Amino acid sequence: MASVTTELTPSSPRPTTALTADDLRAQRGRRSVVNAVMIGLMALAFVAIVVPLVFVIGTVVGRGAGVVFRDFPAWFTKTVPISERRFGPGMGPAIIGTLVITGCASALAIPLGILGAVYLHEYGKNRGFARVVRFFATVMTGVPSIVMGLFVYLVFTLYFKLSGMGGALALACLMLPVVIRSTEEMLRLVPDHLREASYALGTRKSRTIMGVVLPAALPGIVSGCLLAVARAAGETAPLLFTIGAATKFRTNPFRGSMTALPLQIFNNATSSKPAAIERGWGAALTLVAITFLFTVVARMVTAAYQKRR
Amino acid sequence: MPPWRKPWVELTPGPSGPVATSGESLPSLQATGGTADRSFGLLTRIAAGLVLAVLGLIAVTMLKRSTSVLRAMGLDYFTTRRWAPPSQLYGILSFIWGTTFTALIALTIAVPISLGIALFITQIAPPWLRRAMVYVIDLLAVVPSVVFGLWGVLVLAPKLRTGYAWLSRTFDGWPVLGSLFGPNPQVRSFLTAGIVLAIMVTPIIVSISREVIETTPQNEKEAALGLGATKWEMIRGAVIPHAKGGLVGAVMLGLGRAMGETIAVALTIGSALGQVTVNALASGNSMPAMITAEWGEADSLKKSALVAMAMTLFVITILINMVATAVVNRSMKKSRGS
Repeated sequence: MASVTTELTPSSPRPTTALTADDLRAQRGRRSVVNAVMIGLMALAFVAIVVPLVFVIGTVVGRGAGVVFRDFPAWFTKTVPISERRFGPGMGPAIIGTLVITGCASALAIPLGILGAVYLHEYGKNRGFARVVRFFATVMTGVPSIVMGLFVYLVFTLYFKLSGMGGALALACLMLPVVIRSTEEMLRLVPDHLREASYALGTRKSRTIMGVVLPAALPGIVSGCLLAVARAAGETAPLLFTIGAATKFRTNPFRGSMTALPLQIFNNATSSKPAAIERGWGAALTLVAITFLFTVVARMVTAAYQKRR
Repeated sequence: MPPWRKPWVELTPGPSGPVATSGESLPSLQATGGTADRSFGLLTRIAAGLVLAVLGLIAVTMLKRSTSVLRAMGLDYFTTRRWAPPSQLYGILSFIWGTTFTALIALTIAVPISLGIALFITQIAPPWLRRAMVYVIDLLAVVPSVVFGLWGVLVLAPKLRTGYAWLSRTFDGWPVLGSLFGPNPQVRSFLTAGIVLAIMVTPIIVSISREVIETTPQNEKEAALGLGATKWEMIRGAVIPHAKGGLVGAVMLGLGRAMGETIAVALTIGSALGQVTVNALASGNSMPAMITAEWGEADSLKKSALVAMAMTLFVITILINMVATAVVNRSMKKSRGS
């Protein structure tokens, strides 16, 4: 083996100027000050983003809690008042609408997204088609939600009228690339020896994927999907042109217009009537609670999984 | 590997895989199983192809629906700022400007903050703090944009009034800042929309920057520390040069996200037509906000004009995202060394 000839001497960044020990000592003070200042600035950056978050959440809870919990289940069971002037509860149809529409979108996007990710990681790998799809899936996560909404309006709502399904389609288009990307990341973490063990037993590739690979990656997939659902539940723009504006309970996503929490917040935010604005804050609190619930559950799934390993 | 551990069959799946079981003959097993296998493979391929199908369909539909306004207006559609439906004049320059300007303001605020957070999370924070910070950033990412909009217009905007008046008065007559913080400040303005956008794009820039920064080889960082570098010098000398390309990509992805954001901007930008100005304190309008506001009462040419606006937005964001994704991918691949 050749001898290692690297000289183990410290080199200063500018070796041309000779520094005395005193210089270095003086610099050490300056350098540690610079270091402390920069670390302080980084910590300050975090504070700068936490302050608005706390401010937003605090306002939503502060202004919304009273509205939501006044005459308790009324907020969840009553229909939305038609008059903007009338005070009083009622966001039931919007809560149902959000759950139904997001549920339909998930039922479309999650299976398709997982299948797509299976193709990318188990079949396509580095082949040309897989690389193109992977690239455009990442690009597609950045397509503005309003473009998706308008797109679904043009290809679906124009022919099938306003319905919850249109909103679900638009949300599904937004969720699809997110599910694909996060699922592929999780499939990457499944060790190859599991696949090989399954193949060695004579199992076919499709059975290996369904019976070994996907179960092994399940907790990660679930948590990725929950985050995608949380993100989708809060989207407004895709629903604007596709689901209409109902005030009564509607649960059939295939027939008739519906309403959803984000739309209610948006409409009430543009109103000047105190009663409507109050309902807007209530709806905001309900929506934030739903999305945070999904996020926290996703986190808990991940944490439980990591502990088990 | 000891010889008895060596696999003596090739460990690949496929029709040659199954071991014959009693009762059924091998060919029949292969025939049925092979079909199931192939159709499953095809199914996954179709699901993956959906991504391309949807993107293609968006482009085709939008192009088809926007021809009538592009034929009527020609290039003036993009280069004039007069939006006057009664006289059938549609120019979207001011909305393109509004979209770009608010996104740039948002990035000016969000980029230093996001990079600071990403560096702090990856290089400075101890594990418990890192987990907590990631948690907070995740929560920020799922707050719906309409809630930010509601907060921006009802809570933040009124609070900014005195601050805006002060900015406008103080910098009156200064060379650059004087035109940036111009006269007659509005609480619903480019700057208000930019501030709200900045809060919203920070999580995405942080999460991608983190991924990029974490690809810095441990030995380069340790080498820097071993030479006596402080943490900051280590970051400046080892981490940043390594992650520079990917960080540019992360910022561009944030830009794409900021340009496409609809509801929060629609509520806070002030909805003024024809504004092409560098005065950040003036009201304006952006493309997504305009589509949201005008769609309800649009005749066919106006609908076409709005679809063409969506298409413009689609093309801009797709291009930005393509470049950004390519940049991030290249930077990650280079550092993974594969």
